[in-house]
Amino acid sequence: MSNVNSSRDNIFTRLKANTAASAHVPEVDAWVPAPITDKKERVAKFVELMSAMRTEVHQVKGDEWVAKLQEIMAERGLKNLVYGQGTDISKKLEAAWKGKKDIGPLVPWTQDAEAFRDELFEAGAGITTTMGGIAEAAAMILWPSPEEPRMLSLVPPVHFAVVKADKIWTSFAEAIEALDWSAKSPTNALLISGPSKTADIELILQFGVHGPTDLIVFVVD
Amino acid sequence: MASNAKFNFKKSITDALADKQLRANFKFATDALRGKRLAVLSDPEETLHLRKVGNAIKRKGLTQLPQLLEKLEAKCQENGIIVHWAETTAEANEIVLGIMEKHSGHKVVKGKSMVSEEMHLNKFLEDKGKLPLETDLGEYIIQLNHEPPSHIIVPAVHKNRKQIAQIFADNIPGVSYTEDTTELLAIARGKLREHYRTADIGLSGVNFAIAESGTLCLVENEGNGRMCTTVPPVHVALMGLEKVVEKLEDVPPLYRLLCGSATGQRITTYFNMIKGPRKAGEKDGPKEVHLVILDNGRSKILADTQLRQTLQCIRCGTCLNHCPVYTRIGGHAYGSTYPGPIGEILMPQVEGLDKKGMLPTASSLCNACEEVCPVMIPIPNLIRRLRDESYDMDDDGIVKGHGYKKNRLETMVWKGWKLTQVNATCNKLMLLGVQIFGNMLPKVGPLKAWTSVRTAPKFARQSLKDLAKKEGIRNE
Ligand code: SF4
Repeated sequence: MSNVNSSRDNIFTRLKANTAASAHVPEVDAWVPAPITDKKERVAKFVELMSAMRTEVHQVKGDEWVAKLQEIMAERGLKNLVYGQGTDISKKLEAAWKGKKDIGPLVPWTQDAEAFRDELFEAGAGITTTMGGIAEAAAMILWPSPEEPRMLSLVPPVHFAVVKADKIWTSFAEAIEALDWSAKSPTNALLISGPSKTADIELILQFGVHGPTDLIVFVVD
Repeated sequence: MASNAKFNFKKSITDALADKQLRANFKFATDALRGKRLAVLSDPEETLHLRKVGNAIKRKGLTQLPQLLEKLEAKCQENGIIVHWAETTAEANEIVLGIMEKHSGHKVVKGKSMVSEEMHLNKFLEDKGKLPLETDLGEYIIQLNHEPPSHIIVPAVHKNRKQIAQIFADNIPGVSYTEDTTELLAIARGKLREHYRTADIGLSGVNFAIAESGTLCLVENEGNGRMCTTVPPVHVALMGLEKVVEKLEDVPPLYRLLCGSATGQRITTYFNMIKGPRKAGEKDGPKEVHLVILDNGRSKILADTQLRQTLQCIRCGTCLNHCPVYTRIGGHAYGSTYPGPIGEILMPQVEGLDKKGMLPTASSLCNACEEVCPVMIPIPNLIRRLRDESYDMDDDGIVKGHGYKKNRLETMVWKGWKLTQVNATCNKLMLLGVQIFGNMLPKVGPLKAWTSVRTAPKFARQSLKDLAKKEGIRNE
């Protein structure tokens, strides 16, 4: 396909010729939101701003989140809970669900999407770990993995997420540094700040368009 | 409407102004969007700082564009992304079609992409017997109604709830009229989820492409973009070549500026960073990712350092919301993919002044757009420049179609005017002339059009110069 190559060449010839006249670039100090140094304050900010966008946030100690999760599952009659095996939280989930018959079952995601897709589209809820949170912008950081694929936080109508309070940073910029993001640079990375929403009809804010309708976050200390 | 060969701007403006419902819809929406923006970008000092940072990042990026794009290409390829280059929209369309054919694909689910609008991709694919489906709710609504977007961020903003209810009832089989927005949403969700599951190709735009790592960043609220880029086996991303940034650290300020300016959010629901197709061991994600990088006139715009600033645009749409013209006539009246202030400066440079030179006339040069533009594009100055090039008095225009308005009479008049400003005798004669005859000018031709909605100023008996001579100038 010589045509394709010549397009590329033509574009670059023009680009190179036309950037020769370099424009002045002003020096500006970087924009970095002032760090919130106190962890308690940072967490409080995260919780406050996340909640403002209709995320349900539960602050819990240690392993309390598992019981809280089961309580919510029962309360809402959620059909099942899809999770990934071999993560920080999977052992605890498996132990807590052992012998439990009164709530929706745990469903591990073990196959490729092609085989699992239809089941996933019918699922009641999904749960994921997170890489942490950003207080100032109110978002969670997710790096989907072989254990917790991309669709786990997207397709089921309810998304549960576990955020460690120790991993809540002030800003996106701070998180980039702390996670050594540029170097590690995962296949897919996400910031998620709430349930899926739209304002395309008369600018009325509505939740649950294509992604999850509910986002429920456990901030674990 | 858009993309028609014969386009009468005056008529479309007159029609838009006469449509009360349309005007009410736009007034409501743009008022609200301006308010929301202010609520987030509430600290003027911080906002200015952010805008300066955004300006510097984009400016710097443009001076290094060839290097950044080469790096982006190399990194993307390293990550397993297949990179395509398109000089024209026709080439870009063929590339997308080629990918679809290779996979025997029929159904393509689309996330919001202004570049795809620029390409008129839907029409192209439909003509080839394919099924392109818009999934962003606003885009979904207008696709049902066979319309182009009227705003680059909120594409269905020209329709109110009742009109949308009617569009659903008329165009979706088995759906009856309902004004309940929750129900409307549920209908769209149900239809589209089925399409995600069964689509052959997912298509998206790109908000920022990070050269250093070969990462494509997508900004969205609905989750449809994530669906389109995650569920189908093939993902095709479309980007204009100016979307590249150097490094990840450039992203947070630009992202904040984009969210704040576009919809008045601190952050969108999703920020999706894609670095390649599914890797061995991963369970989902597309097996193939393509990146189509479109030029379509952009590389030419770079040549002139003033006009180049057009390419800093991050497509936030806030200049539309702040424009006294756009807020009254809406997006369709511009008959172009990009309406409003950004359209006025971009479209003539892409398509030529002879084709789109009327767009820069739709401005009062009030400066509102420049004051809010997150990357500080001096839009009014660029409008002046394009108006200037439309006449091209000094024969030094460079924009395609420059001088399309040039005519002998007008050139002569202005040359004469110039003479009266540089030659003392001519100046005296001119002043004398207007003192005696100025108020007798017959109201015909352009003067008639101009005075039809304005009061013509009266020429004074004595010129300011004479008065100054007589009374002297007091220095106060
Ligand atoms: S020109 Fe500026 S204000 Fe207008 S869409 Fe582009 S970035 Fe936004």
